[in-house]
Amino acid sequence: MDNVKEFLREICEAPGVSGYEQPVAQLIKEYMSSYADETRQDRLGNLIFLKKGSGEDRPRILLAAHMDEIGFMITKIEKNGFLRFSAVGGIDPRTIIGQEIILYGKEILPGVIGAKPPHIINEEERGKAYEMEDLFIDLALPEERVRKLVSVGDIAIIRREVLDLAGSSLSGKAMDDRAGVAVLLVCLKELQKLHHRADVYAVATVQEEVGVRGATTATYGIVPDLGIAVDVTHGEMPGVPEHETCRLSKGPAITIGPNIHPRMGEELINIAKEYGIPYQIETAAGPTGTDARAIQVTRGGIPAGLVSIPLRYMHTSVELLDMEDVKLSGRLLAYFISTVDRAFVEGLVCC
Amino acid sequence: MLLKKLTEAFGVSGDESNVRHILRADLENHVEEITTDTIGNLYVKKGIGKKPRVMLAAHMDEVGLMVVGYEKSGLLKITKVGGIDDRVLVSKPVVVGNDHVPGVIGAKAIHLQKPTERKKPIEINNLYIDIGVHSQEEAEKLVKIGDYVAFNSKTREIGDNCLLGKAFDDRAGCAVVCELMKEDFNLELTGVFTVQEEVGLRGAGVAAFNVHPEVALVFETTSASDVAGTKEAGHVTQLGKGPAITFMDSSFITPQYMIDLAVTTAEKLGIPYQFRRLTTAGTDAGKISQTHEGIPSIVISVPCRYIHSPASLINLEDYYNTIRLAKGILKAIAEGGLQSEGIA
Repeated sequence: MDNVKEFLREICEAPGVSGYEQPVAQLIKEYMSSYADETRQDRLGNLIFLKKGSGEDRPRILLAAHMDEIGFMITKIEKNGFLRFSAVGGIDPRTIIGQEIILYGKEILPGVIGAKPPHIINEEERGKAYEMEDLFIDLALPEERVRKLVSVGDIAIIRREVLDLAGSSLSGKAMDDRAGVAVLLVCLKELQKLHHRADVYAVATVQEEVGVRGATTATYGIVPDLGIAVDVTHGEMPGVPEHETCRLSKGPAITIGPNIHPRMGEELINIAKEYGIPYQIETAAGPTGTDARAIQVTRGGIPAGLVSIPLRYMHTSVELLDMEDVKLSGRLLAYFISTVDRAFVEGLVCC
Repeated sequence: MLLKKLTEAFGVSGDESNVRHILRADLENHVEEITTDTIGNLYVKKGIGKKPRVMLAAHMDEVGLMVVGYEKSGLLKITKVGGIDDRVLVSKPVVVGNDHVPGVIGAKAIHLQKPTERKKPIEINNLYIDIGVHSQEEAEKLVKIGDYVAFNSKTREIGDNCLLGKAFDDRAGCAVVCELMKEDFNLELTGVFTVQEEVGLRGAGVAAFNVHPEVALVFETTSASDVAGTKEAGHVTQLGKGPAITFMDSSFITPQYMIDLAVTTAEKLGIPYQFRRLTTAGTDAGKISQTHEGIPSIVISVPCRYIHSPASLINLEDYYNTIRLAKGILKAIAEGGLQSEGIA
């Protein structure tokens, strides 16, 4: 598929909660493997696309974007068939009331997240935010059918079609971090046109949302000379200080800080300047909440970089981004990769 | 399916024309006369000149939002039209204005919230619609102040013969009236699709004045609270237990003979029914019953869970049983069922 936006739309709408990434992994594999020389999946489920470089003594570059999304796990079947659930990954309970869901039981079941209705609750409750234990899933099925079709431990996601908004804005669930996976696709496509020495391992990682676990085993298995995580970062919005956010449509955010190898941040910025790609600098004063966190400290230490797509409303079902930022991020990575040689890699050892 | 089409249409109070057009097209070939008035009510009439004069009413409007301002960033400030719990607005897709510009209502990422923030609901004055533009100038090109905003939900079949979607309140009632207007009863029947019920029963009084019926049947959707965490006494109505008959709400007390007529008809025809066990909230019957010198009315409702939200739930059996019960009542009225009250 040539159209990156359509690719992103399809993978965003697909299910792939942390630990249960196979449906989305299958889709990603179908689309992306034609841009790779080799495709494999490791034991934890990471999907690895290798695009080989040319020449001898090829540096190894890891690109990591996580394909898992936040979701729900069923914890109890109540009387009358209502289901209690817990969050997989970080979910604000205030954002899920009144959402349609899809539950993956013995069958694929549509449902809705409900709570005690407003006229039943007292004034005190009304002024209170919903908590997970106030909420339930309603499948509109009698209890005995629910018990036949659903087990504790089953997974559910919010049902949300990707919306085309004004300009090149898109909104949907799981943009975090399927947009990063789309960046990998853009990068692999750009690399078809560019000369690059390095072997590129583009990885759609698993279980990032529950503790950057996929990146840990992927990095271990690949043994890269350097690794760049591709993720999303907070876009500007009311109620959030400007310095904590990046602006949508203003290009990829390049992170600097302890989690990022100084030369990597510097070089990504240089490349952006050289090729006229708009970019923003994001500072992270400690380990980031991204795959870069794992990459940096795997094996004997791997120099890490982080490129992010600005996105508003993270971890809701209406995550919003600008498609141009996705394309620019992919291009930035491809140009960066085209310049990496053995000398650059050797220069990463601190003096 | 008419009900799907009606519920997916956008028609916030004051902006009911999309719904009106669907209803008009659906009924054009089934009635003798179609008219409208200045506030926007739609009237469909058949059996003109027969006795008695019966009015059927259902409201076209749904709860929604209105654009009241712009942020410099191009986000839209909003206010509520009708009764919506602020808490159901968060993280939902919407459409804005006549061009149905798509947008979303976002929320601050969980990562950026202080623990104390999470304990409080996000109130409407901290919620915005994001249509994906990056400046106020761009927003102004697409959206005007005063534009209506509706939830953007699809209606789908779910579970055991249920439908999930927005605006069953009161498009389910509209669909019931449509089905009734396609039948023939030996009386003068005026179907009225009212406007602005959700902002204070504004259309119904006007409609009842214009129609001047001897009796009115109001078709509504009402809360079903038969969900986890509520005691049975607080259920109001239950899904799948049949149409709900109101004996009293905050706008209206049902005449006992109207209740008797409905109950007798349901029992004779073997149609399940229930009473609405809540005496608050109001319906168009509140206005209709006080128009002219008083018009005897009854409210029959389809039970609905998660009412006034983008994903509400009705049982199709309840919907079809509401139609069956209404047909039975109309037939009974035509056969002199209210003769003792001087309505024949």
